[in-house]
Amino acid sequence: MAAATPKPVDAVIVGFGWAGSILAMELTEAGLNVVALERGQNRDTYPDFAYPKVIDELTYAVRGKLFQNLSRETVTIRHAPSDRAVPYRQFGAFNPGDGVGGAGAHWSGVHFRITPDELRLRSHYEERYGKGFIPDGMTVQDHGVTYDELEPFFDKAEKVFGTSGKANNINGTIVGGGNHFEGPRSDEYPLPPLKNVYSAELFAKASANLGYHPYPLPAANASGPYTNPYGAQMGPCNFCGYCGGFGCYMYSKASPNVNILPALRLKPNFELRANSHVLKVNLDGTGKRATGVTFVDAQGREIEQQADLVILSAFQFHNVRLMLLSGIGKPYDVASGEGTVGKNFAYQNMGTVKAFFGPDVHTNPFIGTGGGGQAIDDFNADNFDHGPLGFVGGSPCWVNQSGVKPIAGLALPEGTPKWGATWKKAAKDYYAHTLSADAHGSNMSYRDCFLDLDPTYRDIHGQPLLRMTFDWKENDIKMTRYVVGKLTEILKSMNPKEVSVSVKKFGDHFDVRNYQTTHLVGGAIMGADPRTSAVNKFLQSWDVPNVFVIGSSAFPQGTGYNPTGMMAALAYFSAHAIRTDYLKSPGPLVPV
Amino acid sequence: MSRAPSLERTRGALLAAGLLSAAPAWAQAPPADEVERGAYLARAGDCVACHTAPGGRDMAGGLPFALPFGTIYSTNITPDARTGIGTYRFEDFDRAMRKGVAPDGRHLYPAMPYPSFAKLTEADMRALYAYFLKGVAPVDQPNRKNGVIWPLSMRWPLALWDAGFSGKPFEADTTKDADWNRGAYLVEGLGHCGACHTPRGIGDQEKALDDRGALFLAGGPVVDGWIAPSLRGEAGTGLAGWSQQEIARLLKTGRTDHAAVFGSMTDVIRHSTQYLSDGDLQAIAKYLKSLPPAGDAPLAEPIVADKTAEALHAGDLGRPGAAAYVDSCAACHRTDGMGYAGVFPRLAGNPAVLQKDPTALISVVLKGSTLPATATAPSSFTMPPFGDRLSDQDAADIVNLIRNSWGNQAPLVTDRDVKSVRRQ
Repeated sequence: MAAATPKPVDAVIVGFGWAGSILAMELTEAGLNVVALERGQNRDTYPDFAYPKVIDELTYAVRGKLFQNLSRETVTIRHAPSDRAVPYRQFGAFNPGDGVGGAGAHWSGVHFRITPDELRLRSHYEERYGKGFIPDGMTVQDHGVTYDELEPFFDKAEKVFGTSGKANNINGTIVGGGNHFEGPRSDEYPLPPLKNVYSAELFAKASANLGYHPYPLPAANASGPYTNPYGAQMGPCNFCGYCGGFGCYMYSKASPNVNILPALRLKPNFELRANSHVLKVNLDGTGKRATGVTFVDAQGREIEQQADLVILSAFQFHNVRLMLLSGIGKPYDVASGEGTVGKNFAYQNMGTVKAFFGPDVHTNPFIGTGGGGQAIDDFNADNFDHGPLGFVGGSPCWVNQSGVKPIAGLALPEGTPKWGATWKKAAKDYYAHTLSADAHGSNMSYRDCFLDLDPTYRDIHGQPLLRMTFDWKENDIKMTRYVVGKLTEILKSMNPKEVSVSVKKFGDHFDVRNYQTTHLVGGAIMGADPRTSAVNKFLQSWDVPNVFVIGSSAFPQGTGYNPTGMMAALAYFSAHAIRTDYLKSPGPLVPV
Repeated sequence: MSRAPSLERTRGALLAAGLLSAAPAWAQAPPADEVERGAYLARAGDCVACHTAPGGRDMAGGLPFALPFGTIYSTNITPDARTGIGTYRFEDFDRAMRKGVAPDGRHLYPAMPYPSFAKLTEADMRALYAYFLKGVAPVDQPNRKNGVIWPLSMRWPLALWDAGFSGKPFEADTTKDADWNRGAYLVEGLGHCGACHTPRGIGDQEKALDDRGALFLAGGPVVDGWIAPSLRGEAGTGLAGWSQQEIARLLKTGRTDHAAVFGSMTDVIRHSTQYLSDGDLQAIAKYLKSLPPAGDAPLAEPIVADKTAEALHAGDLGRPGAAAYVDSCAACHRTDGMGYAGVFPRLAGNPAVLQKDPTALISVVLKGSTLPATATAPSSFTMPPFGDRLSDQDAADIVNLIRNSWGNQAPLVTDRDVKSVRRQ
């Protein structure tokens, strides 16, 4: 059914999570007429996340009310190019978002930057360890942008998010109290760190005793009342433990809904259209210029929205899929290694260690906050000598107690029966006396880990699903086994009654059934060379310069840190380039 | 308090003091564009609030007012010639605004606060006229027939009402400075604050129209389940504990470090006061702060020794309402009733909590409350409604705990009070 064609706009934004809301705010501030299209429904703290209805593990964390509706659209997954991919039909390994706020409404709130070395990962490893250190088939790259270039935008994102944390290095001066390994910051965090739960306190003490460098996890969960530069306000976190998978009823967790939309929706040159699913970006006859997008509205009508500027700011893999569906850039070809769109799909690599204490150590795991805790970076990035270890990458390690909920269940020592009187006794003995720590590891990119369009499966609109080809590689398993070993030593030094370790074994395949993280990256990677990257350092398509592709899709490989802070800084960096240069003279911001 | 006998003398005095040039200081800031100035004044008068139906076109009327004697509808005040006020001459406009009399001689119902608007200067009236005739988009929308029951549907008695209760042009008080007079002019005049905040007499008239009346702004009746508290200097229930800055900030943003607006005032801030200049807001606040307590209200609240915070914090939930308070209220308002500065209002010492009439507090507990999104404070924090989770007795227990903890002292409520608010 045809619908009236809406008025052309200056910029159309596809997807209204963090990336979309940041670009919408920046471009609206620049005076452009902006329309944002969000495929999911409209959502706000009230009524959608109101207390007490949002404190419902079954509805939100288990059944995924805020996650993408997999019955309409999903991805297919296979381990190797020779396998047949099958659809991801139930939530397991990752939970992409849906609706206004996107994954930014249901994230936990851990808010990192990136280490300066990781922005030039290949160059850095080659300089320190020699040209041959990075194995064949590992296609890691430099981002093509420096930490100093991004620093003002990391700072801006922290101020918008109201991030709680402690700086260690301000403009090269060591002020102490924060992360020993961090790159220089221009300013403190806008809010002081969240209070430590007891288990974080134990972790900090134990790791300091072993000579490591504990620091408060930077959290976009407000440690106090806060007003951000847009005038949007946050309430203080009360440690209820319902962050990841949930919307925050306290206005404490940073989200597009809390931190950006209140100010944005007052602007007359901005319009947000929910229930508007974009099918593709339309290109003109040359294929070098986008004319807008075609979307399906809530009534199922196909509508064309013309725009001078198209911002793809959907979830990581949707950005890649839209590029492939629209013919933007050259699709990656695994056989030849040529083409860029879909290349370098990467992830993260988790290991977990749990300590079980006696009745006198009260860790009260029902208390928690999504982004808070204590971490060490001694085994993250290249903060330790990789030479003798023979792998690339690392893991920050932390206690990030985010509220153990009843259905996901409680962890018990290995060997405990799964039911019956012995299980009950163990549950009673250990529930309130358990500490869980993670090695939140990096995942490198590889020649045969990539994204393309599935030849078989289609979504509700008849378009091919995106196909993931992905598996764990020896380098990353070596890395996680090494760091989890170190983490186990830390937990054992706390003298628990029992320790249980969950770590990948050599030969393990990617198992989509168990939650890992939702930190999927790559596929539309940034870089300095159009032959090896899909977008330039301003996240502008090399091929269609009035299309910008904002998201963790731009990361050339997976870092140990959570990606949101880095993604938000890239969004502000890109928006700044659009405002200061592109709008004056639309065209490629980096000469091809 | 003495008033100058005439406007001219006031102007003379102020002129002599060098406070103004041509216009009186309290009628300050005439920008070049009369229409623009009229638009500002229309916002100060919040005309759009009553003259726009939900989802309707601005100023086209149709908003129902359910009054005890029937339902009346606001009228179309766009410059549409057929259905609006497009054919009004300035004199017609002026008479309707000041006297409540339409060009055809019909008397307007005093839901239109013409006794307050009678205070306007002629220059301001002309600016408003310019705005309504040239700055508002005409809308062809016939007025709705009022549903007023006989004999009150007869309009001629309104003339008597008008004769008895009509307002007079503003006269400055020479003993006060220009800011105070500007504040008085706005509060008593266009702002028509008394329409909600002044108690009403037997003829539904406001009991006072300016600061010479001791009951002016001393707190109004319950309207739509809300109560407009006193804006005078009573401790606890009034503005004694508020600074001039806090009053101005509330009018600009709907919130202060300790308080948040609720009820119909949210719309007043959204549509009207957020747009006022900082100077005008300070003037209003200064004027309100000058109003002494009504009657024999105490000047300061007695300090009450109270252990509620300690008990709740220690998990002692024996007192009625304590467990429900900790479960549903304390996350934001805290066990010490202090809230969080600027985001979640304080309950300790909050005038909205301490009103003798508990209607507003019960309404907030049952129905929730949303802050207005304003240009300088865009976050529309919402307290969710708890009415579906609480029995009448539960709600009464919570309200009693809030009204009698952390130094608060206010009369107890019963489940029947809750039931009656629930029905509204």
